[in-house]
Amino acid sequence: MTFEYAPAPESRSVVDIDSSYGLFINGEFVEPASNTFLKTINPATEEVLSEVAEAGKADVDAAVQAARKAYNKTWSKMAGKDRAKYIFRIARLIQERSRELAVLETLDNGKPIRESRDVDIPLVAAHFFYHAGWADKLEFAGYGPDPKSLGVAAQVIPWNFPLLMLAWKIAPALACGNTVVLKPAETTPLTALAFADICQQADLPPGVVNIITGAGETGRMLVEHPDVNKVAFTGSTEVGKAIQRAVAGTDKKLTLELGGKAANIVFDDAPVDQAIEGIVNGIYFNQGHVCCAGSRLLLQESIAEEVIDALKRRLGTLRLGDPLDKNTDIGAINSRMQLNKIEELTKSGEDEGAERWSPNCPIPDKGFWFPPTVFTNVTQAHRIAREEIFGPVLSVLTFRTPEEAVEKANNTPFGLSTGIWTDKGSRILWMANKVRSGIVWANTFNRFDPTSPFGGYKESGFGREGGVQGLGAYLHVEDPS
Amino acid sequence: MSLLPTRPLTDTSNAGLKAYLHGLPGVDAVGLEARAATLATRSIKNESKAWAIDTAISMVDLTTLEGMDTPGKVKAMCAKALHPDPTDNTCPSVAAVCVYGDLVTTAREAVGDRIHVAAVATAFPSGRASMDVKLLDTKQAVADGADEIDMVIDRGAFLSGNYSKVYDEIAAIKEVCGDAHLKVILETGELKTYDNVRRASWLAMEAGADFIKTSTGKVTPAATLPVTLLMLEAVRDFETKTGTKIGVKAAGGIKTSKDAIRYLVVVNETVGEAWLTPDLFRFGASSLLNDLLLQRQRMRDGHYSGPDYVTID
Amino acid sequence: MSRVDVRKTHKLFIGGAFPRSESGRTYEVNDAKGEFIANVAQASRKDARDAVLAGRAAFAKWSTATAYNRGQVLYRIAEVMEGRRDQFIAEIEQGEGLSTKKAAAAVDAAIDRWVWYAGWADKYAQAIGNTNPVAGPFFNFSTPEPTGVVAAVAPQDHSILGLVSVIAPIITTGNAVIVMPSPSAPIPAITLAECLATSDVPGGVVNILTGAPAEVMPWLAEHADVNALDLTGIVDESVAAELERQAAGTVKRVQAPRSGADWMSPPSLDRMRSFVETKTVWLPVGI
Repeated sequence: MTFEYAPAPESRSVVDIDSSYGLFINGEFVEPASNTFLKTINPATEEVLSEVAEAGKADVDAAVQAARKAYNKTWSKMAGKDRAKYIFRIARLIQERSRELAVLETLDNGKPIRESRDVDIPLVAAHFFYHAGWADKLEFAGYGPDPKSLGVAAQVIPWNFPLLMLAWKIAPALACGNTVVLKPAETTPLTALAFADICQQADLPPGVVNIITGAGETGRMLVEHPDVNKVAFTGSTEVGKAIQRAVAGTDKKLTLELGGKAANIVFDDAPVDQAIEGIVNGIYFNQGHVCCAGSRLLLQESIAEEVIDALKRRLGTLRLGDPLDKNTDIGAINSRMQLNKIEELTKSGEDEGAERWSPNCPIPDKGFWFPPTVFTNVTQAHRIAREEIFGPVLSVLTFRTPEEAVEKANNTPFGLSTGIWTDKGSRILWMANKVRSGIVWANTFNRFDPTSPFGGYKESGFGREGGVQGLGAYLHVEDPS
Repeated sequence: MSLLPTRPLTDTSNAGLKAYLHGLPGVDAVGLEARAATLATRSIKNESKAWAIDTAISMVDLTTLEGMDTPGKVKAMCAKALHPDPTDNTCPSVAAVCVYGDLVTTAREAVGDRIHVAAVATAFPSGRASMDVKLLDTKQAVADGADEIDMVIDRGAFLSGNYSKVYDEIAAIKEVCGDAHLKVILETGELKTYDNVRRASWLAMEAGADFIKTSTGKVTPAATLPVTLLMLEAVRDFETKTGTKIGVKAAGGIKTSKDAIRYLVVVNETVGEAWLTPDLFRFGASSLLNDLLLQRQRMRDGHYSGPDYVTID
Repeated sequence: MSRVDVRKTHKLFIGGAFPRSESGRTYEVNDAKGEFIANVAQASRKDARDAVLAGRAAFAKWSTATAYNRGQVLYRIAEVMEGRRDQFIAEIEQGEGLSTKKAAAAVDAAIDRWVWYAGWADKYAQAIGNTNPVAGPFFNFSTPEPTGVVAAVAPQDHSILGLVSVIAPIITTGNAVIVMPSPSAPIPAITLAECLATSDVPGGVVNILTGAPAEVMPWLAEHADVNALDLTGIVDESVAAELERQAAGTVKRVQAPRSGADWMSPPSLDRMRSFVETKTVWLPVGI
């Protein structure tokens, strides 16, 4: 008798989704002046979950005005210790409602409930908790004795970690004394709207946080709005460049967190079983929809075959399916559009001569799915080694020496993260010094913490989120001279 | 170069063993524990839970290893081992009873040939005695009817780098076991580091162990999920190298059905279904059995059970 | 007829429990007007000895908890204190003879200060730790670690704000503390102990010994398993000097008395710095 795990679905009953949502402006949900709505679906079943407003020009304007008014009249005048208390309330409310938020995130995004429950939501609470404590301690953060906030922040976030990306944006902005207008991704608006409800439960003064849903056009109008002091964007490199062009010549401060094509480097003395876990976690966690995903596996040539065999054996135990099932490892691809992109690039891998492999994975009939995939015999010249796939597809390359590993790791316009697997401490530090990426993970991968600054080199963006460095994005830090 | 040993171990001198064992890949403790913790989040329900409970019961080595053990105590435990739930004869028997060497005769008489009789030997639990004493301990237990021997390795020798002493002792005990199966207790709580556990696992397997076992149960920590995961990885890699399947016994500190099911998940996802049998995986436990019975009753009856509905021995 | 109230027995707080003094002694505490409030336990050297054992045992786990976890536990204490705000205010009014308005200001400042320190738990290492650019192929970092078990004397007045200002920085940085509150106004300290006992802080992290600092502190100053002394509340300079001399026998770190401090003004990092050790690590950087 085999040990088949019976279905273990998390219950949907903890979530209450309205059939329609307005925009959260000035502390209330209001109907959009644009009178247009977008549907949001569950990518695992293609079922419509709800419809949300699509903010038009007048709506964006109203939101920015509300943020400006709240900034001028309330938030910029409030003592840091009082701002802190509001943010602590929000952190506690997130903890209290964590199960509801995890289920909602899984329904809207497609990621496995185990990940929303054990990774996303706890980190969300932690980000608010950490930043709450900075609100009344900014004079100790290294930005001068009395650092000032910027004003109104326009924030546009992606669909891969919806509520977590919201936390990364809103928590530091508020802690530093700014007010915000945030646009969640069009395919994943629901947890942002639940967050709006949490702001109401926390009695956050109206206008301090405004959530406007919409698609690319709404985002563009928001970042181009003249009365915005700061723009923060996480998303594709292409859109990031467009935003940088749009704010050029204005006084708006900008931070960007864009794509990546991280090298995950495994040496011949790596702790091999843990390295396999690190490889799997690096590219298959969150279906590979991670900007810092370890999508290029650089194996020391002497051990390449063994590691690939062990990796394939391990991939055979991954469970793909219903994201609400507590035993699911690989959930749904977030949208039809993203699935098409993954399929296109994977096909190019085959066309260009790399060898493709996936474990046997029953795929459900409805919804958007892609099995975990490994390409071997990949070289730097292949598209699948250069372009961000943003899916569960790993490209395997080899190297001979540490210097060569560094060269190959750095040979990309991106520079977000690097993984290093070796038992030798001095080599970890030597490699960490030489790789041109904002994050280095040694003998681990995809670790995040609110105290630890995150951000990229080169075309992966600029600015950091988290830690003391992350506060700088939301404060006046230039010299008056 | 390869990550794992491929050639047979021929040089069993201390230098040879050291080179072999220290050439094994290292273990990152944080990564190992994180993997075990993720496996522990598997949610096993309904029919798979019922199957897991019955499987776990059939893998229990029901154990009494106390100074105050008497023939009466052993006979009562053996009766329970054969029929764990007096209210339900669909409940499987356990795999074995596990006793001190001088109570093997009593145990064998009580269980007949229906289940295994495992005896602890080699100056259990400390292992601090001469080789002659350890060999005699083993021979007598086998002669009295034990068909499994749970020996302890010499941790002092291991920690002082005297690998060949450990190796030679295991090989010698294996020889006097005859047809009896040999389980080798590593006492992971005294080995302390995961690197030591990996090395001790390979050493024991190369020396002839049929099973590698985590602990005596007399030292804390005893069995843990990460340590058992590590030993299962060693067993998996040993099969890749030699084609031989070695069993794993997790002993000590496993108290609840929830714990036991987590171990089965770890077995399932590390070495696969082939090891989900009492021939290759055991729980060394005493109080675990009652919790398995309570959960079995809950699944059968649809409500939570209580201590009055399972026997104390 | 007005309701007859149930009066509290005021005991010590050691290892998360509320024992009487092993000496069986109590002393009378009066309010600001001289009227009797209660008999409060009078700690002996053996109570102090037990408190150090409890502190040392608790330190092992408290110092290795994550900073995030410590911060959350500390914040939870503030949540519980907030629930007891009225009780604290009444006790300050009675014990220190302050007006309701001033008592409320002190209590609010104390709770807010607790929140301030709770928010430092996962940040002070960033503010007072750093990497050092040594002249060689080494990665070198300095990181603050808790010193261990601290024996502290809280201010004589400011029986809640001063008390909190002494305790919070010590435990935020991962230490365990044995604190002697103001002998004349110890009641708020006991209410604080009740807050600690009903939040998630492990028993032994904070131990509160009511009684006479002059009698008990010398034993703590010489105790070889106490790492640091906080003499903030000692008013008599010669007493402080003697305690420092005693502490020198085991080279304890000593925080000087601070009797004239303005507890209302915002603190610096000083009180956290006083109770951490800096560990500097060198790691070679090489292929």
